[in-house]
Amino acid sequence: MTLFLQKYVNLQTYQKQMSITEIRSQFPILDTCVYGKPLVYLDNAATAQRPRSVVACWKGLVEESNANIHRAVHHLAAQATDAYEAARDRVKAFINAPAREEILFTSGATASINLVASSYGQLFVNQGDEIIVTVCEHHSNIVPWQLLCERKGAVLKVLDVEEDGRLSPERLKKVLTKHTKMVAIAHISNVLGVVNPVKEIVAICHETGVPVLVDGSQGIVHEKVDVQDLDCDFYAFSGHKVYAATGTGVLYGKRKWLEAMPPYMGGGEMIETVRFSGTTYAPLPMKFEAGTQNFNSAPTLVPALDFAESARENPAVQAEQRAILDYVYGHLMLDSRIVLYGTSKEAKIPLFSFAVKGVHHEDLALILDKMGIAVRSGQMCAEPLMDYLGVTGLLRASFAPYNTLEEAKYFIASLQKAIEMLL
Amino acid sequence: MTLEEKKQEIIEEFSLYDEWLDKYEYLIELGKSLEAFPEEKKTEDRLIKGCQSRVWLDADERDGMLYFTADSDAIITKGIISLLISVYSGRTREEIAGDDFGFVAEIGLKENLSPTRANGLVSMIDTIKRLAENGR
Repeated sequence: MTLFLQKYVNLQTYQKQMSITEIRSQFPILDTCVYGKPLVYLDNAATAQRPRSVVACWKGLVEESNANIHRAVHHLAAQATDAYEAARDRVKAFINAPAREEILFTSGATASINLVASSYGQLFVNQGDEIIVTVCEHHSNIVPWQLLCERKGAVLKVLDVEEDGRLSPERLKKVLTKHTKMVAIAHISNVLGVVNPVKEIVAICHETGVPVLVDGSQGIVHEKVDVQDLDCDFYAFSGHKVYAATGTGVLYGKRKWLEAMPPYMGGGEMIETVRFSGTTYAPLPMKFEAGTQNFNSAPTLVPALDFAESARENPAVQAEQRAILDYVYGHLMLDSRIVLYGTSKEAKIPLFSFAVKGVHHEDLALILDKMGIAVRSGQMCAEPLMDYLGVTGLLRASFAPYNTLEEAKYFIASLQKAIEMLL
Repeated sequence: MTLEEKKQEIIEEFSLYDEWLDKYEYLIELGKSLEAFPEEKKTEDRLIKGCQSRVWLDADERDGMLYFTADSDAIITKGIISLLISVYSGRTREEIAGDDFGFVAEIGLKENLSPTRANGLVSMIDTIKRLAENGR
């Protein structure tokens, strides 16, 4: 850890014994009032709020450590480089990756998945090959593969989910063939909020040598991710959903694939030597980090992941999240006017997407907004899943460690009031 | 009632409510009381582009006046389009095309909608104007 970053990490040590109130005090935005009512922020699956430590680090990087990384010899550049590389080490530790060279920085999960689809796809996917995704993927884990399939004449196959939102390894076995070149699945669907049996799926795919990419955009927030235990080949996530600055993202890839894959973009620090007769590439991870990197933001992953870890291991947070899950799940399941999607309770995270019979999701979101509640309405970047479920859109409430049971109760009471207004 | 009188009536109606939730209740009531729109008229060419929820708008001309009918699958949006057509139905093309639709700003409707819905409102107004200017 560099001295520079240390200052921001030490600014607030997140003790695992912090109460929810103490945690909330670290998120100034939660004191916001909207239309004269206290903000209840339940759109965490889209973007999480940032604790003071992240905001201070972000500001400090711009004010005190702004210089381009890796090449210049001056003090500021060295400091910025150290902070950037310290973030790589923090990510490596957070997901238990075997080596820091296997951690690539990107602009977000979308960029991470595009990198794999493009670069892995260029070398390993040919005409007639098959890529498998699931019906509950975010567009970011569908469209890059569609583009690849169009380029290569490959086939995109879709794995359905069970009624309760779980992926069935048995069903996967039936769609895997000798032509399958990649299985790309969400750790947790951003709509269904159900943890998929990734480890089991990876084991099945590896029996026939098929690599697995995991879209960890939601998984990184709610699960303890150990890429060695999961044994997945790629794990992608965004920083902004896990309390870090916007425009930060990570791709973990097994060294054997990253070594073999051609560069994704050319230019900047990704080279070893450049001649018009031919260019050789830098070793990992820089081979995949072309152009000026987001050095003003990537180091915010350090305090962000510190917070994520402390929250995940905090018994008060665990108890509150459990209570929220029980309360909201119970109410949504009991109300005959409501249809909840992703009902597998044992694998459920506090993320709820649902429809209200005879009521448009947009009307509900609009009324809840006036009550101070921020929820998401619409297709949530998962149009194929909406078609599969036979809905034009859903309402989604997604909770974070700084949300309280009291907020959950206010949400349910407000939802009932809104439904009564609309029915 | 003249166009100006009708607009004034709506501005006064809206000023009765302090809270936006009450204004929404009023829009919901308007939406619910909107005359039924035939299913067979819910065609692609009657769909207003730029709305997140689906909104259909149709116009008929009788005795030199335009009469609008509309529907939406979201009730607040339906209330908004209902409000608009209650003002502009039964007017001449010239009256509608020449109007600045400024009363919408006066009741604070646009400012209080989410950006996607505000765009939808702009699309509704544009469609009413276009229908008045050049028919279908």
